[in-house]
Amino acid sequence: MYDVVIIGCGVIGASAAYELSKYKLSIAVLEKENDVACGATRANSAIIHAGFDPKPGTKMARLNVLGSRMMGELCEKLSVEYSQIGSLVLAFTEKEMECVRELYERGGKNQVPGLRILTRDEVLQIEPNVNVEVIGALHAPTAAIINPWGLCLALAQNAKINGVDIHLNSEVVRISNKGGHYHVETTSGAYDTRYIVNAAGVYSDKVSDMVAEPFFRITAVKGEYYILDKSQGDIVNYVLFQTPSSVGKGVLIAPTVHGNLIVGPTSEPTADPEDTSVSYRGLEEVVKKSMRLCARISFKESIRNFAGVRAMGGDDFILEASAPNFINAAAIKSPGLSSAPAIALEICDLLKENGLDLIEKDSHTLYKKKPLFKNMRPDEQKKVLELDRRYGRVICRCETITEGDIIEAIKAPVPPVSIDGVKRRCEAGSGRCQGGFCAPRVHEILSREMGRAMESICQGKAGSYILTGKTKTPGGGAV
Amino acid sequence: MERYDLAIIGAGPAGLAAACAAYENGARKIVVIERDREAGGILNQCIHNGFGLHHFKEELTGPEYAQRFIRMVKETDINLLLDTMVLKVTQDKKLHIMNPQDGYKIVSAETVILAMGCRERTRGAIGIPGTRPAGVFTAGAAQRYVNIEGYMVGKRVVILGSGDIGLIMARRMTLEGAKVLACIELMPYSNGLSRNIVQCLDDYGIPLFLSHTITEIKGKNRVEGVCVQKVDKLGKPIPGTEINFDCDTVLLSVGLIPENELTRETGIEIDHRTRGPVVFENMETSVPGIFACGNVAHVHDLVDYVTAEGFRAGAAAARFCQNQIPAYDSKRVTTFKCGDNVSYAFPQHIRPEGINKYAELFFRVKRPVINAVIELKSGNEVLCSYKRNHMAPGEMEKIIIPKEALETADGLLTISVAGE
Repeated sequence: MYDVVIIGCGVIGASAAYELSKYKLSIAVLEKENDVACGATRANSAIIHAGFDPKPGTKMARLNVLGSRMMGELCEKLSVEYSQIGSLVLAFTEKEMECVRELYERGGKNQVPGLRILTRDEVLQIEPNVNVEVIGALHAPTAAIINPWGLCLALAQNAKINGVDIHLNSEVVRISNKGGHYHVETTSGAYDTRYIVNAAGVYSDKVSDMVAEPFFRITAVKGEYYILDKSQGDIVNYVLFQTPSSVGKGVLIAPTVHGNLIVGPTSEPTADPEDTSVSYRGLEEVVKKSMRLCARISFKESIRNFAGVRAMGGDDFILEASAPNFINAAAIKSPGLSSAPAIALEICDLLKENGLDLIEKDSHTLYKKKPLFKNMRPDEQKKVLELDRRYGRVICRCETITEGDIIEAIKAPVPPVSIDGVKRRCEAGSGRCQGGFCAPRVHEILSREMGRAMESICQGKAGSYILTGKTKTPGGGAV
Repeated sequence: MERYDLAIIGAGPAGLAAACAAYENGARKIVVIERDREAGGILNQCIHNGFGLHHFKEELTGPEYAQRFIRMVKETDINLLLDTMVLKVTQDKKLHIMNPQDGYKIVSAETVILAMGCRERTRGAIGIPGTRPAGVFTAGAAQRYVNIEGYMVGKRVVILGSGDIGLIMARRMTLEGAKVLACIELMPYSNGLSRNIVQCLDDYGIPLFLSHTITEIKGKNRVEGVCVQKVDKLGKPIPGTEINFDCDTVLLSVGLIPENELTRETGIEIDHRTRGPVVFENMETSVPGIFACGNVAHVHDLVDYVTAEGFRAGAAAARFCQNQIPAYDSKRVTTFKCGDNVSYAFPQHIRPEGINKYAELFFRVKRPVINAVIELKSGNEVLCSYKRNHMAPGEMEKIIIPKEALETADGLLTISVAGE
């Protein structure tokens, strides 16, 4: 019997697991995919919003500002890439300037620190590549960029070494209320638990429906993005936003923590919550709308397009019980990532309110990822090379990722099982050649270290097989 | 610090040829640095024949062609450093290198030859709409899996792009038992060599769809199909022309990009047309004593030309080490400008002191032409003209320019191609 079962291991589920792992509780996280961070957490703008956008008085406003304040320290502690570069909401018309002033007011009410309205000259001075027709901007110095899947992974790794069970490939299919506890059936086995935290993202309504009368619905909204080569990474210094409209914050431009440039997203409801396809129309829209902010981006330097699906539902986050001892953390759309650490605290409070005793453990172990070889100081590099020669073998040439880095990722508490899993943990294959050269090498290392046949290693999710068999054997390639 | 006369980055055909030529021309302390576990570069996975017709006057497979040079290098005391990555090259020719045996170290060289080759354009670079399942490979990555690792990457294949590697892979996948459904080319002509169209597609009955492109990749976890559409003159898909293919694999052969990240970081001038370093007639880059050859300088279609370029760079580096450099007059440099229907010219500059009676100029046309007339002009004056029956972007062209023509020019020559 678990005390708490968390459904979904995106950044919300992982944040809750990490926070709850500080208490004397037995906890499990159930994740339907073969890795953590497979939903909205791995496909979003990778931004920590300052918090001037949500309507004052909402949970979103309060948790965004608190989350944003907690994030820097958390990332420092867990070695997650994070950089507080600040954001600018650019205005090009007097009407948009009015919106900037409104956001400034709202930000004040939300207690966002350091907001300033900049004049055209001030904007052009700190951000010389923006469209010169800019007339002013809102500067939010606390906005930041982050590695979102890196955060989720670090939280999950830390939860794991502090006793949380992470059950992957475990899609919840049925939950029954056994009067006093829940019986959760998954595709990998059944678990009994006293409390449930529903952090199932785009599926959170379906999960809630398993135990309660339907009381919220999730709409999946797709956003398409471009990732550009590092040659474009320093075109802008800040996160650049348009003035927001009714459909969201619009297309933004931002450097990424890895030195690339991210441009997007579009915003389009999709019937299939896992539809992460990109379209001509969507990509064109991203290019067109970004041009208004900054026309100097060379989209020829694109290295990847992707789409993420956001879980929308109502005007605010849903953080409440829909059945006894069943807490929803649902409709966590933007600024969900920014709010994640604060949402985790809120979940703890809700569990407490529902009668769960939170008694702090005497000690909590910190798991800190070893820095990548390329990010080590020369003396650290020398030391690590003496201990393990595999750090001297560069596998991913675009990102200078060594065999030692890849093995370190594979040996972590929550190990990767796929080529994409390795990429998310140590950047191998995330560069301009997109794994063209290194994927077969990473594949070989994964197969060797995991003791699994090459043919059984997937690109990403279960079923995304890469190889059909050996050559010169029946069935290998023969039709 | 270890000191070398010459450090060559890359042991593919360009680097190996450069090493041989440098040794023959008197350079002695030579190191060839290769990031892969074997020398030979991409030739090792090119197990088909057709290599060496110009250079050896016989048809070899890729590994055989590479082996001839590896053997030549091994007969000398050239140091071949495998499994070693060059992380940085400075303008004063210090190379930061790393491998599992020696760890991280810095070596210095009197001259450097860049021979890092090129990489393939990917799906992300061309933005193919649709889902992102497994089963989309660059043709070269698939070639490595099939020919070196011994694994099949799929059973029903559609190839996007008719570059040479894609064509070769169409044949390879067929021979290995897969069904290649189609080869799809955006342009109204193929970018591959004509002989490859015949030998790799026509001979196996694989249809080539010109002026078509993949407009959607389908499938959740693994490719389940693609939608192909005809495109108009601007390359835009035409509604109503959709053809669906039921396939599990997409191979991309959509262009090669010289791999010049190291070059850029060193501060060497890059030509935006070739995407390689700007070089002189002896393959010297904008940094004296640093040379470049092979696909890192511009993408070739025949390895024989890569070898020739390697020889030229190697010999020039050897002369540089031995202080046998002519006194160049910077006022007499000829620069080439691309006129009508020329996408690039190579080398970018020629110094008359660096050539004997003739200079060779390589270039590509932008569009195919027949009954072509190539003109080399100084202002409005035509200095030389050449005729070709047929020219296509996929086939690199070479013209021979007499030294006098260069000397009469005022430093800028325009090359253009007219025809039908």
